[in-house]
Amino acid sequence: MSILEVRDLTVTFPGGIEAVRGVSYEVERGEVLGIVGESGSGKSVTSLAVMGLLPQNAVVSGSVKLHGRELLGMKEDELVKVRGKAISMIFQDPLSAFTPVYTIGDQIAEAVRVHQKMAKDKAAKRAVELLDLVGIPNPNLRAKAFPHEFSGGMRQRAMIAMAIANDPDLLICDEPTTALDVTIQAQVLEVLKTAQRETGAGIVMITHDLGVIAGMADRVLVMYAGRPVEQGPVDDIYYRPRMPYTMGLLASIPRVDGEEGPLVPIEGNPPSPASLPPGCPFAPRCPMKVDMCDDEEPPLTPFGGGRHVACIRAHEIEHKGLTGADVFPVPVIPPSDVVRVPRTERATVLELDGMKKHYPLMKGAIFKRRVGTVFAVDGISFDIAEGETLALVGESGCGKTTTLQQIMQLEPPQDGRVVVLGKDSAKLDKTARKALRGDLQIVFQDPMAALDPRMPVGDIIAEPLRAHGRKDVAAKVAELLRLVGLAPEHAERYPQQFSGGQRQRIGIARALALEPKLLVLDEPVSALDVSIQAGVINLLEELKNRLGLSYLFVAHDLAVVRHLADRVAVMYLGRIAEIGAVANVYDRPAHPYTQALLSAIPLPDPEMERTRKRILLEGDLPSPADPPSGCRFRTRCPKFARLSEAERRRCVDEEPSVARLANVVDHGAACHYAEEIEVITASDNQEEE
Amino acid sequence: MRSKVVFRRLLRNKQARYGFIALLLLVALAYVGPYFGAYDWQEKDFMAFMSAPDADHWWGTTSIGQDMYAVTLRGMQKSIIIGLLVAVISTGVAAIVGAFAGYFGGWVDKVLMWGVDLLLVLPSFLIIAIISPKLRDGTWWWFVVLLAAFSWMITSRVVRSMTLSLREREYVLAAVYMGIPRWKIILRHIVPNLASLLIIDATLNVSGAIIGEAALSFFGFGIQPPDVSLGTLIAEGSRNATGYPWLFAFPAGLLVALVLSVNLIGDGLRDALDPGSNS
Ligand code: SF4
Ligand code: SF4
Repeated sequence: MSILEVRDLTVTFPGGIEAVRGVSYEVERGEVLGIVGESGSGKSVTSLAVMGLLPQNAVVSGSVKLHGRELLGMKEDELVKVRGKAISMIFQDPLSAFTPVYTIGDQIAEAVRVHQKMAKDKAAKRAVELLDLVGIPNPNLRAKAFPHEFSGGMRQRAMIAMAIANDPDLLICDEPTTALDVTIQAQVLEVLKTAQRETGAGIVMITHDLGVIAGMADRVLVMYAGRPVEQGPVDDIYYRPRMPYTMGLLASIPRVDGEEGPLVPIEGNPPSPASLPPGCPFAPRCPMKVDMCDDEEPPLTPFGGGRHVACIRAHEIEHKGLTGADVFPVPVIPPSDVVRVPRTERATVLELDGMKKHYPLMKGAIFKRRVGTVFAVDGISFDIAEGETLALVGESGCGKTTTLQQIMQLEPPQDGRVVVLGKDSAKLDKTARKALRGDLQIVFQDPMAALDPRMPVGDIIAEPLRAHGRKDVAAKVAELLRLVGLAPEHAERYPQQFSGGQRQRIGIARALALEPKLLVLDEPVSALDVSIQAGVINLLEELKNRLGLSYLFVAHDLAVVRHLADRVAVMYLGRIAEIGAVANVYDRPAHPYTQALLSAIPLPDPEMERTRKRILLEGDLPSPADPPSGCRFRTRCPKFARLSEAERRRCVDEEPSVARLANVVDHGAACHYAEEIEVITASDNQEEE
Repeated sequence: MRSKVVFRRLLRNKQARYGFIALLLLVALAYVGPYFGAYDWQEKDFMAFMSAPDADHWWGTTSIGQDMYAVTLRGMQKSIIIGLLVAVISTGVAAIVGAFAGYFGGWVDKVLMWGVDLLLVLPSFLIIAIISPKLRDGTWWWFVVLLAAFSWMITSRVVRSMTLSLREREYVLAAVYMGIPRWKIILRHIVPNLASLLIIDATLNVSGAIIGEAALSFFGFGIQPPDVSLGTLIAEGSRNATGYPWLFAFPAGLLVALVLSVNLIGDGLRDALDPGSNS
């Protein structure tokens, strides 16, 4: 019998906004149900409604039964007993779940004592046990730490510990790993699996990341515009999707093991809950739409094999065996002329040579004194040839943002050289610097924050033109808007009136206004929904080829990087760990860190996820103020752990520098014991030998 | 659109609505009213000294036979103009100083904030009281400048701290990387994004300035005769407030009404622009 049974759940917010419009599902013991959807699909509201955590003014109807007991309409004091005991929830941001003024151990012990009669010291002991279970080192000591003393990954583990403290029957995880880096995400997902094994609980896993779902879920529910549009066993959903939205979603995600070439974009934006289309909510974006789709909303109908699909053409899709790539039109991106010239003969647009950036670490409120140095970037070198995309990847705190800022500032670096288009930044005077700015532009991560909310779009794009004294601004703005796939009429609107993807296009238009040669892309798609991402990635690719641009692409998402970049540099703690052509680095990574990073990325492929061997890293990133001696990665290096005492000496004493690997032209790694292996598709038995 | 939303919220706000209506009526009274009165404010009616309100002199007359209605409205005009000018100047100075200090940081910040602190500890009332009689032969412009000079400091500190957070915004960085001069970034990207704060502040400064003017004029340090303002009128009227209440009641009542309506608008604006604050 199922633990949780949700029937026809609807949530209406004031103003008649229906955020959830009829969701039904059940979760069995020990089962993982994945709920996927983009922002605004109602996936998080659904789970908040189940927990009874929605604000007072939301109207919830339908039925939510836990072990056959109705939760909707239950009195608050009874609900409190259920919450945290039978159901517990794990949020995206673990910091908000802990009170800053109590220690982690106390808070977990408190959670235990609220629901179970237990002596204080026993509860404290249980807290330590739980922390140990979720893999927190020195749990005895760490239990006495305060939430802010924990890193993001640690906090998420502590949150899992608290969530399973009372042996709940059901765990609801709302984007539990979205805020974390990939290697930490891999650790946390592993912990979640352990937690599930320990408690035998059912899990509802809500996320937008199809890779995470593929590795965790048994069954999947796909939500769109507040309704489930497809539901079924994980393999069916991934390998045999029968609803065009699911098909498009799966086809639009870039994959680390994927091919290059254009991605499959889904045109348009998800509808706003205030103005839904009359029939199928996906109709305005669906390439398979027929007139009948507008008549009424197709209900979620059983399809055999435990599957449910809400599409009137599902049987046809099944019959013809259509896939996302068949249905959705794939744009043709013209190839670049520049790349035909061999790399060595092309001009270098950006060169970094041993660049360093150290910050003083200050302490004290009034009298600041220097207590140390943050080695944010500690001597990195790379170059970008004309028409090339170099991706700088790494987890938060690795120094990629600092690198980028240093380049953009065009100021002399503390040490080393930054050469942009043949001009050394240390030798620029004011006018030369300003002139060079026209050739070096940037696209920011957050398309909302990067556009001044008080300026109409036309002025935003015109700003760089005016600053550099161009005439005939209006015509140029119209041309730029068209170039990025927007209409010239959009110039009069304000940024708030656009969706995320459109805003990012505006940001790109502004960056292109001065016809730069080198464009710096700072995580340009990470704030966008999956179905929107593909369109922007394609646009970037197309612009590069058409305009002969070069990109410096800073990202943490290795799948996107594989798609967009020609070369990739992996950073770790202010140094480059590995650099080379994308094919070399991804297929045969040589640095243990790159290997771990690549193996940590979840693939949207359940079969592969099940057989894949993960290289899990221990612990967190060390502080850049106090990097380990010798090889910076040695504290977490899985290879280091396997080395003999004598071999280890070298890692501890000598800092490795990037050395070219013997047999290929463009591939180098900063490891004394570099050795190429395949990790993305490596399955268990491959790894053994 | 944000401005539309704000405007709608402002209209829905009862306080602000009454404030607006009251202010409009008062301004209309000050500027249109004199055309309906039978007397000019400088005219002296030698037939009526200190006469009580009647059909001829609606609000009575003063000790030298001036028509109280005309004089009071004239005084109100001056008070309104002074209030507006002081508010605009002081908010403008606050915005510029605060934004420059916050954006440039370093020694610019230190010098500007040192100036702010200095002005804050100086007893402004005393200083205006000492200086303004010296400028007696100058125009009332000096008086406006003095009032403004002592009322911008607190706001400029708030502006500075808000600038500190704004300058880290990506759109500001984007402008820097586009090669836009820094003073232009401040005027184009920082100050407009502080608009809600500045609008609220300017509104509330109007009433502050009106009161400040009245207080100084009351003690004879502000507007100098023969010119009149609400402050000088109240000062004169208060001497005879019990015997001849109309001399005091009309200017004082209008002052209260003026300040109250401006404050109502200011509070309404704050609610509309910044729904989070409930003060
Ligand atoms: S019902 Fe029609 S519009 Fe909706 S997904 Fe199916 S084919 Fe597309
Ligand atoms: S140098 Fe040593 S510690 Fe560093 S990555 Fe290589 S094996 Fe690991």
